[in-house]
Amino acid sequence: MWEYTEAVMEHFLHPRNVGEIEDADGTGEVGSLACGDALRLTFKLDENQRIKEAKFQTFGCASAIASSSVLTEMIKGKTLDEAEKITNKEIAEYLGGLPEEKMHCSVMGMEALEAAIANYRGQPVEKQDYEIVCKCFGITDKEIERVARENNLTTVEEVTHYTKAGGGCQSCHPKIKMILDQLWDGKKPEKAAPKPAAGKKLTNLQKIRLIEETLEREIIPPMRADGGDLELIDIDGNTVYVGLRGACSSCPMSDFTLKKYVETKLKEFVHPDIVVEEVKL
Amino acid sequence: MKTVYMDNNATTRTDPAVVEAMLPFFSELYGNPSSMHSFGGQVGRHVREAREKIAALINAHPAEILFTSCGTESDNAAIMGTLRSYPDKKHFIMTRVEHPAVLNVGHYLRARGYRVTELGVDRKGRLDLGELRDALSDDTALVSVMTANNETGVIFPIDEIGEIVKARGIPFHTDAVQAVGKIPMDMARQPIDMLSLSGHKLHAPKGVGALYIRRGTKFTPFVIGGHQESGKRGGTENVPYIVGLGKASELAGEHLKEENTRVKKMRDRLEKELLERIPNAMINGDPGNRLPNTTSISFEYVEGESILLLMNAVQICASSGSACTSGSLEPSHVLRAMGVPFTAAHGSIRFSLSVYNSEEDVDHVIEQMPPIIQKVRDISPFWKDFQAGKPISALMAGGSGHDHHHH
Repeated sequence: MWEYTEAVMEHFLHPRNVGEIEDADGTGEVGSLACGDALRLTFKLDENQRIKEAKFQTFGCASAIASSSVLTEMIKGKTLDEAEKITNKEIAEYLGGLPEEKMHCSVMGMEALEAAIANYRGQPVEKQDYEIVCKCFGITDKEIERVARENNLTTVEEVTHYTKAGGGCQSCHPKIKMILDQLWDGKKPEKAAPKPAAGKKLTNLQKIRLIEETLEREIIPPMRADGGDLELIDIDGNTVYVGLRGACSSCPMSDFTLKKYVETKLKEFVHPDIVVEEVKL
Repeated sequence: MKTVYMDNNATTRTDPAVVEAMLPFFSELYGNPSSMHSFGGQVGRHVREAREKIAALINAHPAEILFTSCGTESDNAAIMGTLRSYPDKKHFIMTRVEHPAVLNVGHYLRARGYRVTELGVDRKGRLDLGELRDALSDDTALVSVMTANNETGVIFPIDEIGEIVKARGIPFHTDAVQAVGKIPMDMARQPIDMLSLSGHKLHAPKGVGALYIRRGTKFTPFVIGGHQESGKRGGTENVPYIVGLGKASELAGEHLKEENTRVKKMRDRLEKELLERIPNAMINGDPGNRLPNTTSISFEYVEGESILLLMNAVQICASSGSACTSGSLEPSHVLRAMGVPFTAAHGSIRFSLSVYNSEEDVDHVIEQMPPIIQKVRDISPFWKDFQAGKPISALMAGGSGHDHHHH
């Protein structure tokens, strides 16, 4: 059995924004019945060209449905230029992570969004300029290259986990290997390089800014998805004082959330010596 | 709420009487049956009795029963043990719907220079015996065809197959892991040279199996070691588990009638009600020729993992041939070999019952399944299109079918 995070199960059991917008401004369809997962995404813009409404229909497993559901939540209120920047990694992170073999579900979300935006802009969504490498699942060389670059994938197996390419008859494995070889050209990417190298010497001001950024970008969005919130109260040396708000404040799991989740993230992105303390109201 | 367990083709509950029979052999009667003292030697009697009980279940001679660690080992031993006995023959025949314990041995052999024939099945999962006849050659070392399929429950005409194979003087093995204890097997009458069975599919614990080898069949040991099992399989006898398998075989013989009456009736009611209550659902396999406990039902336009997780939330255990449940990316090789369309293959759910199931269990499943399927269909773009009478969106229709997988 897969080990899904609570966020995945929550979005699977209670998916947000299911359906299809009748007079949608943009529609994106990716995946296929043959592959076992497919997603139709529709959105509507408001007068300020921001996404007012987004809906999805998904055929697939729990992680495909959860990825689609959070995607519709993530893009609401964004301009198309902002929405376009959402990566599959962010979708997966929003869900508190996905099993490696299920990463392709987050990639499907990202691709549906791109297709829908392209559809709105009147761009063709055809993949015809590119070669279909994996014929079983209809994955192009361009897709493999891009997903491999964005996720630092170096092996065929990883590419299969993220894109499904190579998961069928496997006859394209040499071709995928070639794409990876060309992409990395002998030099391997740094594995899971945290954006700013955690642990390097920071001035106090830099540290505070980095903590704030990390909270806003990495930590708070998934908590908000669960109806919770977090407030930064003070920073003293390496001790970060926060207050839990919303659903989190009454959640029996809050100690766990704080230590396991908030602290771990801050250690990863800011400094390994960070300690998080809760300030109760 | 109590758990409704309908995944007995995956594994079964160890019968409490089996557990009880095993217990003394952990703490009191722990001797080694090969020992020269009576403390160990007395254990040998219990191993012998277990062997007799298993032989009785399939109407074989006790000397023809070899204990193994599981069904997979039995299959491996039968195939590799036969091929090593016929080193000059380089052809192996199996079906495309075998369990991985046979299928992947076949693929392993192919990668090492053997010619391997995989017999196809039709839309109902039936073999074409003409294809088998045509495939047999003087170079054929072994034919291995399962008695009943684990996913669909379809039973192959094993007697007819055995006749055809043996008429050519070729050894015949059957993986009967899913069949033993569910349908009668009779080695005195059936033209079978080797038969694999597994303990945990018939209410014995995991970790014990047996291989029937007809007297006079050429066999080279697969597990090489001591003199145990008449020199056919090395390794100290797993006494508690062997005793457990013996007890479970005895009970299976007693339950065989119930399996084919009460359990079959429950399966039939479950199937009929689900098909009536849920539109666009279909049975996979040959309805008239199946194990009494198994039904594989495909729900169109939805995906199996989602269904299973929602079933899990209401304490129903079953399994699916969907790609997503296995970690592989393609749906079940059995359903694909049968040519089940992708609209249905991904949404297949297998219910497999046992004598421990009750009518209340069936009621619970009948009640819970329709809203579960409705819930996933409400999310599915294909179901929406289907209901609107629209063709499947060209963008999402995917490949032309499943044929391109088979090169």
